[in-house]
Amino acid sequence: MQPAAGEAGGAATGGLDARTRTAVLRQAWSVGIATGAYGISFGALGVASGLDVWQTCALSLLMFTGGSQFAFVGVIGAGGTGVAAIATATLLGVRNGLYGLQVSEFLHDRGWQRGVAAHLTIDESTAVGIAQPTVRASQVGFWQTGIAVFIFWNLFTLAGALLGNALGDPRRWGLDAAAAAAFVALLWPRLRSRDAAATAAAAVVLTVVVAPWAPAGIPVLVAALAAVAVGLLPPTPSPSPAPSPSFPPAEIDVARTTRRAFGSQRQSRGRATPMEPEERPNAEASADEEHPR
Amino acid sequence: MTLWVAVLAGCALAYLTKLAGHLVPAAKLEGRRMRRVTGLLPVALLTSLVVVQTFAASGGGLSVDARVFGLGAAVLALVLRAPFIVVVVVGAAVAAGLRALGWS
Repeated sequence: MQPAAGEAGGAATGGLDARTRTAVLRQAWSVGIATGAYGISFGALGVASGLDVWQTCALSLLMFTGGSQFAFVGVIGAGGTGVAAIATATLLGVRNGLYGLQVSEFLHDRGWQRGVAAHLTIDESTAVGIAQPTVRASQVGFWQTGIAVFIFWNLFTLAGALLGNALGDPRRWGLDAAAAAAFVALLWPRLRSRDAAATAAAAVVLTVVVAPWAPAGIPVLVAALAAVAVGLLPPTPSPSPAPSPSFPPAEIDVARTTRRAFGSQRQSRGRATPMEPEERPNAEASADEEHPR
Repeated sequence: MTLWVAVLAGCALAYLTKLAGHLVPAAKLEGRRMRRVTGLLPVALLTSLVVVQTFAASGGGLSVDARVFGLGAAVLALVLRAPFIVVVVVGAAVAAGLRALGWS
């Protein structure tokens, strides 16, 4: 498998046959729309947390990684300092660095395109990229998904921020509970392994113990120690054959998102030329499995 | 630190984290244990954020109010495989409804 990987980089869709191009584009843009739509909840929560409309939009434009953005405004909204908000958001964004390692193996972009690709490196673009059967399809999948999410995420953030501004008292509309719901929805798909469950349990204990004594924002950082503790322990045998903790990204169920957005049709998934033989079953499992718990 | 400085610093660090992944050669991939830790990091942080966002009292410490029921409804929605936006709206609606009825 040596397609013209270097020449046809970037977002262009050349080098793909018509059927593959249609499949990749449909998947990329349906994920983009589905993901972008919840930018509306981020926009509303941003202004409810005390940021203004422009600060909220700046986070979506420049930080552009949903989990970190929710965490940032969550810490600020709870009365935490800017430093605590930055630290929490940055720790949550560490996974994007790992995605970068993985997608740079098939992207081959150079110069400014690589700089843009880095900005678009998020859960969704990585998930769609690594789910494709060929290098060229992976490149197109990554770029198109990244661009689609970027467009819709920012449009819906602006809409949500303006809406949130118009609503007034956030508690009256349950926006504080909406933030908890958003975090639990981001957490939910990650709780598949025994390690993840143990980490979550330890994080609950640490937070409850620390919260009454520490300033806002600190309990979340202390809870990060739960990941260190569980991660450094010897691995427990996992009931599922795919114990690697959320990598490739298990949290974005691409196939399901696609089915949701576009009825029940399924993407055909060529397996003839796997890029990383030992990663492929994982990607398949995370994309196709229907709630093993 | 003004909020704007925090916003922009947070954005800069988020971008540098992403860029680092693209620039570091794959051969220098961290050890297996470090990878487990970084893989579990979002679980720990998000769990803690759920707890804080649900129970943190405005004057410090923890308290129980309508948010707990919002969270319960959100989890129920997740069990029923609702999409993200529905989960968030259900959580907010339950808490707002309880407050409209005069319960905390």
